[in-house]
Amino acid sequence: MRVTAQLLLLAMASGVSPAYADWQLNMPRGVTEISHAVFDLHMIIFWICVAIAVVVFGVMFWSIFHHRKSRGARAENFHENTLVEVIWTLVPFVILIGMAVPATATLVKMYDSSEAEVDIQVTGYQWKWRYQYLGEDIDFFSNLTTPREQINNEAPKDENYLLEVDNPLVIPAGKKVRFLVTAADVIHSWWVPDFAVKKDAIPGFINEAWTNVPEPGIYRGQCAELCGKDHGFMPIVVEVKPQAEYDQWLADTRAAQAATAAAASQVLSMDELMAKGEQVYNTACAACHQVNGQGLANVFPALKGSKIALGDINAHIDIVVNGKAGTAMQAYKDQLSAVDLAAVITWERNAWGNNVGDKVDPATIQALKEGAK
Amino acid sequence: MNTLTHTVEHTEQHGPAEGLGRWLFTTNHKDIGTLYLWFSFVMFLTGGCMALMIRAELFQPGLQLIQPDFFNQMTTMHGLIMVFGAVMPAFVGLANWMLPLMVGAPDMALPRMNNWSFWILPFAFAMMISTLFMEGGGPNFGWTFYAPLSTTYAPPSVTFFIFAVHMMGISSIMGAINVIATILNMRAPGMTMMKLPLFVWTWLITAFLLIAVMPVLAGVVTMMLMDIHFGTSFFNAAGGGDPVLFQHVFWFFGHPEVYIMILPAFGIVSEIIPTFARKRLFGYASMVYATASIAFLSFIVWAHHMFTVGMPLMGELFFMFATMLIAVPTGVKVFNWVATMFRGSMTFETPMLFALAFVVLFTIGGFSGLMLAIAPADFQYHDTYFVVAHFHYVLVPGAVFAIMAGVYYWLPKWTGHYYNETLGKVHFWCSFIGVNLTFFPMHFIGLAGMPRRIPDYALQFADFNMVASIGAFIFGFSQLIFLVLVIKTIRGGDRAPAQVWEKPQGLEWTLPSPAPYHSFVEPPEVK
Repeated sequence: MRVTAQLLLLAMASGVSPAYADWQLNMPRGVTEISHAVFDLHMIIFWICVAIAVVVFGVMFWSIFHHRKSRGARAENFHENTLVEVIWTLVPFVILIGMAVPATATLVKMYDSSEAEVDIQVTGYQWKWRYQYLGEDIDFFSNLTTPREQINNEAPKDENYLLEVDNPLVIPAGKKVRFLVTAADVIHSWWVPDFAVKKDAIPGFINEAWTNVPEPGIYRGQCAELCGKDHGFMPIVVEVKPQAEYDQWLADTRAAQAATAAAASQVLSMDELMAKGEQVYNTACAACHQVNGQGLANVFPALKGSKIALGDINAHIDIVVNGKAGTAMQAYKDQLSAVDLAAVITWERNAWGNNVGDKVDPATIQALKEGAK
Repeated sequence: MNTLTHTVEHTEQHGPAEGLGRWLFTTNHKDIGTLYLWFSFVMFLTGGCMALMIRAELFQPGLQLIQPDFFNQMTTMHGLIMVFGAVMPAFVGLANWMLPLMVGAPDMALPRMNNWSFWILPFAFAMMISTLFMEGGGPNFGWTFYAPLSTTYAPPSVTFFIFAVHMMGISSIMGAINVIATILNMRAPGMTMMKLPLFVWTWLITAFLLIAVMPVLAGVVTMMLMDIHFGTSFFNAAGGGDPVLFQHVFWFFGHPEVYIMILPAFGIVSEIIPTFARKRLFGYASMVYATASIAFLSFIVWAHHMFTVGMPLMGELFFMFATMLIAVPTGVKVFNWVATMFRGSMTFETPMLFALAFVVLFTIGGFSGLMLAIAPADFQYHDTYFVVAHFHYVLVPGAVFAIMAGVYYWLPKWTGHYYNETLGKVHFWCSFIGVNLTFFPMHFIGLAGMPRRIPDYALQFADFNMVASIGAFIFGFSQLIFLVLVIKTIRGGDRAPAQVWEKPQGLEWTLPSPAPYHSFVEPPEVK
């Protein structure tokens, strides 16, 4: 039987396409001082376990081999020995103390989030992350960009399949960065393995975590706490830049955000709104309401032919901008620009045969957004 | 005196009734034990089919067979069914069959309650499984059902789930009361506590754990019910509630619960190894004390499931140290089993094979448990496939293998026939290979960074997922061998004598095989 299993394994190994070939066995060592310390702890405890396993299983298999009836073994009578029992109670205890000391030291370091130079609030949403740079006036959402066709096996998968986003988190290299982690709806968990940072994002709580990444680079992680349907589709991408590039990025991003706000005063034609609206809808709304606007029975309501999409335009704007408390319907006023909101509401009112015929101006939305502040 | 035919001939009202009524109205511990075991096996196959659906979807990256929302329903239902429908009822079934035989009693202490505690279960599970067919689907928030995903954001069927959990809890509590009453009151003369077989001891301690924590589970689901329907905000931050409170209450139930699923397994293995090593169990007293210590520790380690929720440093340290301590009594047990084999005279019938696999594979699950106890390292392991590998190692080749070992060990006593040894060994080896092929690679993909409970994954996890899926199908279909074997054994086979094995210890072997309908009509004398 075992031979068969080995053959099977070999067959599988050769049958797998080379693009997938990655038999990684161990935890990544990571790129920060903390992640190295965690990796070392992991390896110490692993080798302790291996050593104990060799001794215990060694004695066991030796007995199985030598003390078997078919080899004429006769059972002895002993069934207790206080000294031996005391020894094998105390020895593990001592090993555990030896293990607890470095673990405690690392934990204390991980919990010291003082003297951070950059503070970023990380908020989990179903199913995206929001990053707010405290004191920098920068605020954006980070969505998965892997196309639906790749997920549905209609197109070949990219190297970073499911691990790519539109707006990565950007942090400076060599600086202590503090993350204030929270959530807007259900519990999520913000995890970047290379930093050994995993912190639950819990509504109503602000948890602290920190990192200090010496080398610039791109690091990827995923949400680690089941948060509903698209839990597997809200990755984390962190871009670590040298200080100068980071400063440049801050300036560029601020300028871009200002431009987006300014765009709210423009007047767009119905066609322009519809074209943009479809695009926004597929990124921000289709996960629940589905591309065809039909929702999921009893979970996410349909928009096609719905009372809100066909009814009073102000009620429609209100539910998209402010969300609906106590449901999965989020407030989109912070997530989407005035132009995007106007476009997507226009799309919802006129797509899939809804054909209400009215359109929303970005200025209307902008006024609402400003009124809310 | 005690053979089945004899009893039926002379006192007719004491024989088993005929037809369906026998099973519906039975108060006989053997009939109820049989019902529990069959129910458990049906649930094992049901939960197994769900696991295979999960593994089929995860065979390759991309969404192929099922959509994410249904995937979440499958992981949730698989967990709930395996924990509450397969493993726990199987142990209760074994307890029903074996406790009266082992302590020298005629039946369980509370036979009518025994009937009720079984018959609640099929209704509870029928209701829970029916949620899959309701609009909006069944529970999709994981078997740990963290709020607010399971309250504010749950599908409407969550109310039925809550009711089903209440019913399972009532069933478990009644079962536990019955076990305690039987063990404390119905022991044969001379059977002092420190002469109890270890299976009895471990079940006694398990029963106390059940009584302590099932009400906590009932409490937490009731708080959910209040949040969903009656406007409270126990777990709703917007209303001043606390989502982390849910996790504390849940795991205060949840951690003892995992020991509820393993302590009786320790008991079974402690019966089997001495029989096939032909040598007394090493360190009986220390086994009892170790079991009691594990049970005590299970109440003060719950927050190691929550190392990433942002507890204060002192909390993390306390739960880390307390959790590491569990390794000491668990180690004592493993050392005792090995010392029992040492200088014995071993043979390797199917129950022994399952028991030996238990010792090795459960210990591997224990090692990964020790690694998970190290809080800083747990930040990397938490909610990854490493955790999935860990708890499947302690639950499948742990609890499930022990249950199978127990069934093989006592099946000749129950049916009066030996099972087919060749078929048993084929079942063992297929299960052994399947289980390792399924769960060992999960350590690797977990360490490489794959989160649990995701329906689709990044490309670097593809290879080992494929191996795990193949292993799962091997393991799953191997269980049909077990089904065939048990049916064949019930129908016929070589006649088993009273002792069944070579000089096994315990009162159950003093009764003829099959054991008479009423166990010990007159109490045996224990020296």
